[in-house]
Amino acid sequence: MSSNKRLAFRNARLIDPASGLDMRGGLLVENGRIADIGPRLFNDADPHDREVIDCKGLVLTPGLIDMRVFTGEPGSEHRETLGSASEAAAAGGVTTMVVMPNTDPVIDEPSLVDFIKRRAAATAKVRVLPMAALTRGLAGETMTEIGLLKEAGAVAFTDGDRTIANARILRRALSYAATHGALTVGHAEDPDLSANASMTEGEFATRLGIPAAPAAAEAMIVERDIRLVELTGARYHFGQISCRASLEAIVAAKARGLPITCGVSAHHLTLNELDVGSYFTFRKVKPPLRSEADRAEMVDGIAEGHIDVIVSSHDPQAADTKRLPFAAAAFGTIGVETLLAAALAVFHNGRASLSDVLKTMTSTPAQILGLDSGTLTKNALADLVLFDPDEPFVLDPAQLHSRARNTPFEGRKFQGRVKMTFVGGECVFDHAKDRKH
Amino acid sequence: MTSAATAPILSTSHLLGIEGLSPSEITGLLDLADDYVKLNRSADKKSSLLRGRTLINLFFENSTRTQSSFELAGKRLGADVLNMAVKNSSVAKGETLLDTAATLNAMRPDILVVRHQDSGAAELLSRKLDCCVVNAGDGSHEHPTQALLDALTMRRRGRKFEGLIVAICGDIAHSRVARSNIHLLAQLGARVRLIAPRTLLPADADRFGCEIFTDMREGLKGVDIVMMLRLQLERMTGALVPSTREYFHFYGLDREKLNLAKPGALVMHPGPMNRGVEIDSDVADDVEVSVIQEQVENGVAIRMAVLDALNRNLAREGRNV
Repeated sequence: MSSNKRLAFRNARLIDPASGLDMRGGLLVENGRIADIGPRLFNDADPHDREVIDCKGLVLTPGLIDMRVFTGEPGSEHRETLGSASEAAAAGGVTTMVVMPNTDPVIDEPSLVDFIKRRAAATAKVRVLPMAALTRGLAGETMTEIGLLKEAGAVAFTDGDRTIANARILRRALSYAATHGALTVGHAEDPDLSANASMTEGEFATRLGIPAAPAAAEAMIVERDIRLVELTGARYHFGQISCRASLEAIVAAKARGLPITCGVSAHHLTLNELDVGSYFTFRKVKPPLRSEADRAEMVDGIAEGHIDVIVSSHDPQAADTKRLPFAAAAFGTIGVETLLAAALAVFHNGRASLSDVLKTMTSTPAQILGLDSGTLTKNALADLVLFDPDEPFVLDPAQLHSRARNTPFEGRKFQGRVKMTFVGGECVFDHAKDRKH
Repeated sequence: MTSAATAPILSTSHLLGIEGLSPSEITGLLDLADDYVKLNRSADKKSSLLRGRTLINLFFENSTRTQSSFELAGKRLGADVLNMAVKNSSVAKGETLLDTAATLNAMRPDILVVRHQDSGAAELLSRKLDCCVVNAGDGSHEHPTQALLDALTMRRRGRKFEGLIVAICGDIAHSRVARSNIHLLAQLGARVRLIAPRTLLPADADRFGCEIFTDMREGLKGVDIVMMLRLQLERMTGALVPSTREYFHFYGLDREKLNLAKPGALVMHPGPMNRGVEIDSDVADDVEVSVIQEQVENGVAIRMAVLDALNRNLAREGRNV
């Protein structure tokens, strides 16, 4: 995924969240990597032996890394393939999708990691990094071949949106993962306490008459997992948290020096439980949307740097599993294409700098995953997104590129439009030429 | 009998573990065992040292190797040896360990060799019986004669313990062999490395004066002795290790990993081996490096030495033949 041609960006607002750099200037791409960057690069004359892109003062920043993407490949290609998800990703400025192992078959064998890599190379426009299952078949019973899976290319180990209920099994899996220096990613929802629940317990769920679970079902697993990290020394990332109690526990754990990080989904930053409205199943998610107080806490967590990454938790569902009564409908919402626009609300509301918001989707995930991307430095991969942080638009689901339609943001007013996306110096999305607009 | 042949070697009347033995006690046993290796290689292997003594082998866990080694050791020294078949005994009918001990005591044995699945079982018996007790392996605690025969094997191969680097690899957490070896090698001045995935390392393993490695390739660099441990089959199906193929890939001793050790490094294994799980046949069967068969031979000699040493204390305590 790299181009031999030389590509020059001029007149850009260069933001490198890793270093905090935010300046006018130019950037040169050669052989798929960043060859040069500087304030006066290509200011005067157009370089002639290369393609030149005039950025017109728009933001040029590292392509986004989305650490939580579910697809339907293999097994449920009617929902989403790696290829179709990558179309949506490219349109959203996401140049690396970390895909979850919750497929059919489950990605729990080295040969299946290899399958994902080969399918991605053949069909995806953006980089695809597979996570492998932490337990076989996601059954929460026996650990997978973490060492061999890591050698095959799994970037982390997770049971996706399932919590491993048995603390002894999780302890052993974490201990074994630590042996191989592997990153583990957990989902925090006590499976018994949240059984059959579709919403957060509280007044609104009571009014709707929907089975619900308390936010404490998340926090108690967060607290348990922190204890297990302390015992085992495993590198541990909470895929997504959504309530204040979880965040408080993680802040305290980080202060103790534990190797713990966490993410939050763009929809938990922008929506609360009331947005379920009249049984809107596209807003039935795992964990469920929380109270307004918890949502505000998540925004504070980003503003204060306690939450490390923002993810889409992109989870495409077909109409037949969403056009059902709320309690019977499937969980999940798409989001890889709206990740940037939704996350930028934190910046537009004056809660964090543009660079700090971008950091949660570029350099920080790169650091957690150990990638040589997510930064605008020489020799870094030329994965880039050019976007207008201010351009307003109203989300029209018909313009989305995902094979699925279950966006929670239909009709929502956003500010921040992706103009072009580059992977290894190759343009994979150009808004001006996009047939959807 | 010369006075050297009756001089006490052990300060205790039982051999329950290596922990607590002094370097001179260990060296005394090794010296004595050297003589028994010679005896065992001669045509007349029989001695009358223990004539009239009764040795009972009480094995609650199956172990053909250790049990026959003790049986042979006792018989070559002239003792009457009785193998208690636990599986068909009253133990199988629900008798407690202490009731069994009382029954055995009434038979007036001189030496009881016991193997039990629970740590501390040998010690418990030693407190309730009038005879001397030899621990032939208790749970995950100790297996002293194994560590002694391992040391004898190293020494007979010309290795000096001071500064010797010994890597113990595999299921350290559940291994009594590892514990006994750690104590013994520390007493004699060797440096011990423990190599295992974290799931097979016991808690606070670093408190035993050992260096800990989870990367076998790193851990094997420059070692003089590679001691492999057996991985129980029930531990490698996902509970502590994901699979045998993954275990072999990262922790199985093959030629490539062995080449990282010091040239001329010796390979040891307490047996029985899981070929293709913890050790490759190519290495296990290479007589240039593998001393696994010598360990078995030395096992008989070391057990004769232990019986001899304990008998000296019995005689000293005035128990008549």
